[in-house]
Amino acid sequence: MSQSLRLRGGIVSILILLVFLGAWWGATLPTQVDLGDMDPEYAAMMGLDTVKESDIPTPGDIGSAIWTHLSDPFYVAGSNDMGIGIQLAHSLWRVLAGFALAALVAVPLGFLIGMSPLMHKALDPYIQILKPISPLAWMPLALYIIQDASISSIFVIFICSIWPMMVNTAYGVASVRDDWLAVAKTLEVGPIKKAFKVILPAAAPTILTGMRISMGIAWLVIVAAEMLVGGTGIGYFIWNEWNNLDLANVIFAILLIGVVGMILDMIFGLLGKAVSYKEV
Amino acid sequence: MTTPAFIQVDGLEKTFPAPMGQEPVTVFQNLDFEIEKGEFVCLIGHSGCGKSTILNILAGLDAATDGYVFMENRQVTGPGLDRGVVFQGHALMPWLTVRENVAFAVKSRFKRHSKDEVNAQVEKYVDMVGLTPAIDKKPHQLSGGMRQRVGIARAFAIEPKMLLMDEPFGALDALTRGVIQDELLAICQATNQTVFMITHDVDEAILLADKILLMTNGPFAEVAECAYNPLTKPRSRQEMHHDEHYYPFRNHLMDFLVNGPSTPYADKLEGNEPPPVEAPADRPRRVVNG
Repeated sequence: MSQSLRLRGGIVSILILLVFLGAWWGATLPTQVDLGDMDPEYAAMMGLDTVKESDIPTPGDIGSAIWTHLSDPFYVAGSNDMGIGIQLAHSLWRVLAGFALAALVAVPLGFLIGMSPLMHKALDPYIQILKPISPLAWMPLALYIIQDASISSIFVIFICSIWPMMVNTAYGVASVRDDWLAVAKTLEVGPIKKAFKVILPAAAPTILTGMRISMGIAWLVIVAAEMLVGGTGIGYFIWNEWNNLDLANVIFAILLIGVVGMILDMIFGLLGKAVSYKEV
Repeated sequence: MTTPAFIQVDGLEKTFPAPMGQEPVTVFQNLDFEIEKGEFVCLIGHSGCGKSTILNILAGLDAATDGYVFMENRQVTGPGLDRGVVFQGHALMPWLTVRENVAFAVKSRFKRHSKDEVNAQVEKYVDMVGLTPAIDKKPHQLSGGMRQRVGIARAFAIEPKMLLMDEPFGALDALTRGVIQDELLAICQATNQTVFMITHDVDEAILLADKILLMTNGPFAEVAECAYNPLTKPRSRQEMHHDEHYYPFRNHLMDFLVNGPSTPYADKLEGNEPPPVEAPADRPRRVVNG
């Protein structure tokens, strides 16, 4: 049943793709230009033609762009001409570095907030104010203080991924069932063991959900941050190709961002599944 | 001077602080009772008389407003591995298997045990509750009765001096409850375990308990009577309603719960003769064989 549902879903997905590609292909066909009663020889002399290529790249253009980039993803031919794999690696490195730093701060702090009602009350106003700030708003400050474009974008990732992780960790830790804590108490379990053997596994699914949200936001933000600071990365690549007016490359990069974002989300989905448990 | 009892509860009282503009609530007060080593004691009372709070104070999870609990002449001030607790809602950790849940307790109790020793201890107690085939399953794969058995195995596995059980079978169906009661009875008789159990099932108390504490309704609940079970050991679920003491004793307990305190059962038994058998206050529970 679910097997056949999956199969049918896949078939419909492919149909939708084919319809979309067909419409795109149809919309970007070369158009016949009506030259009126102009003499065809005169028109040719003026550089006019009865057939006009579309300004928007065709599916074929995108296909060949994909092929070009993926057949040689890691070349470096200068600071403005690097393979897409290199650009992607720069973006991923920044995201992972910023995310890892955020996790190092957010999870322990979330533990503290979740375990101590006092710290919850004390830190809540700051979190509520800092959370809604667009991470890019930090960029000028980061650039001024850090004076390094790449580290500044890592900082921006750090500041945007910290909040969902912290809030979720605090929530997960605060909602660990009293029963389990009572078990730990009656067994005279020490605070460190309690934190790692009871609270952490109990809160892990919630923490992982926070991390998944953070990673999603980080991947959204890195593109914008790299457009802003330039140099390297997938965001810079898009902006560079826009300046080159190479829309096929822009569309290719858009697709790539989507695919990588999906893979990142899937990884955190799997991690979340690994630590999840069925409550009874 | 007689030797003090294993557990001595003196003038226990619990008052919950007043919510804004209201009087503080004293749930129970002047609680005095004793538990001897190897004794199975049941506490019976209606909801709201603070039964669970009493158990939590004995477990060290809650603090009394007044009064003391002594265990082997030492005051109970906090939770400890000398007391095993079976929680009302089993309280198993759902991310651990049965083996890991019991091992968590065993490792906490026997910190110097090797892996093999821990495993042997775990398997012994899981086997005791008949769950060896399910030892590597997670709690959500088990039925309610099996989960509660794991809870019992976990409490026994730390070999506590006293076992505290808070309505352990409250959430189970009658059939499962009967089976586990039998198992618990057999285990307790074999190990001579001291048990303090809360229940509101009169038959459960008669089957399991050597001594039954009857509590009045809260607030200001008290232990009105400490009734010794007149039914001779060993008791069994199948046979106990044939005992001549069964109906009088059961009626006495039911009357207490329905009408409140009256003459203590021991006084009704002047001259060691059971009182005349009255018609059962309600239909006896059907005995399920097997």
